[in-house]
Amino acid sequence: MSDRAAIVVVDVGLGNLRSVERALRAALVAEGRSPEMVRCTNDPGELREAAALVMPGQGAFGDCATALHRHGGALAKAVGEHLAADRPYLGICLGLQVLFESSEEAGGAHGLGVFEGSVRRFRDGMTDARGARLKVPHMGWNQVIPTDDAAAAWLGRSHWYYFVHSYYVVPSTASGGCIAGETEHGDRFVSAVSRGRLWAVQFHPEKSQAAGIGLLRSFVRGVP
Amino acid sequence: MTVARRLIPCLDVKNGRVVKGVRFVGLRDAGDPVDCARAYDRAGADEITFLDITASHEARDILLDVVERTADEVFVPLTVGGGVRTREDVDAILRAGADKVSVNSSAVTNPALIEAVAGAYGRQALVVAIDARRRDPNDASAGWGVFTHGGRVDTGLDALSWAREVDARGAGEILLTSMDRDGTGLGYDLELVRAVVEAVGCPVIASGGVGTLEHLALGVLPISEGGGGADAALAATIFHDGHFTLGQARDYLRSRGVVVRDDATPEDR
Repeated sequence: MSDRAAIVVVDVGLGNLRSVERALRAALVAEGRSPEMVRCTNDPGELREAAALVMPGQGAFGDCATALHRHGGALAKAVGEHLAADRPYLGICLGLQVLFESSEEAGGAHGLGVFEGSVRRFRDGMTDARGARLKVPHMGWNQVIPTDDAAAAWLGRSHWYYFVHSYYVVPSTASGGCIAGETEHGDRFVSAVSRGRLWAVQFHPEKSQAAGIGLLRSFVRGVP
Repeated sequence: MTVARRLIPCLDVKNGRVVKGVRFVGLRDAGDPVDCARAYDRAGADEITFLDITASHEARDILLDVVERTADEVFVPLTVGGGVRTREDVDAILRAGADKVSVNSSAVTNPALIEAVAGAYGRQALVVAIDARRRDPNDASAGWGVFTHGGRVDTGLDALSWAREVDARGAGEILLTSMDRDGTGLGYDLELVRAVVEAVGCPVIASGGVGTLEHLALGVLPISEGGGGADAALAATIFHDGHFTLGQARDYLRSRGVVVRDDATPEDR
């Protein structure tokens, strides 16, 4: 195995990894890098050797947390070490949520606890300013408002991204500093967080056309 | 801001070719679904739908190849429908790279398919298409029937009850086509759209009859403002014929107060 050559897409068995892999390859090509850098795997050894981790995932927090803690928690441990070393990490959807401690969706399941806070479901029966019913799941294109210039550098300013989710992260007051972007669906919710070289988003850059590929290009630029 | 109303161009595909062709400037091959999808992706489509109208089940591999090649270069959600009969069909289409599968007749004959697919992949992966026709062309209060097999078979089902049932069974969205209006250019059957939007909790995609930009706007404007209240507007001819671009449609919707995505992504990173 070469020294940290790979961008590893972590396969926890949830959601379509291939679309993330395809979009990362497109971003790499656009950056003049080799698309062969991308690998999908659930092998903890490969995770530990990775230059960057991308954690996608659609579905239930509990399933994701369980998969990470399976087999003595080898995957969770590898991800934890990667983050502790401040190597590039991109969390997408569940890959964002699982960084938090717990979720309403899965009473007993524990996330990675990288950030203090929890994961909550949108309320039913929300309406917008014009009285139209807001639906759960929140599905479709919505805007991400960056919290500061540093966040705008990778999220863009008010870019539109594609969302599909019923749950969102609620950082505790203590970890509020991680908030990088917010979006409105009934209430304002946290749609992006960052800390060092960890970026995590609630939306799907791989399905967000030019805005999404642009974000992935920014990410791969940070990968040595 | 709030979640944007979506514009979805729909391409009819037969034996791996686009049936009516797309009149786009600079399109290499107007009959190639991959080229057409790429062009719509670049033009700012919010999603793209392929409807496979291939008669024989044997030609399925051609479609899967088209889906796979499209997914390699189109980075917006891709829905594939038409002739999806079994759970195996669904698996193959999603594996090829589609984000959502649309089922129609097979949901009527085997409603348990809805739960099976939603359970395995999540609701968001499943669109249930409903082809509805007025029981009385001039009187919406007579209701709408559900038709299958391209409108040839009357299932005897009531469209509103069926919509409620598929919503309860786990449909992620309903693709609602008015058989009365499809291909006419007279606009959506707004009474149908409103009735279904009010009957279900899941998103509704209005389809069938778009001839003008006004029609698109009416489909997605709030019911309180005289619109259909749909979450998304699907159209074919109006875009394929090159009468209007997606950009023009988007600008028009915005001028009518509809929240739409701004696909201009300045290189400000």
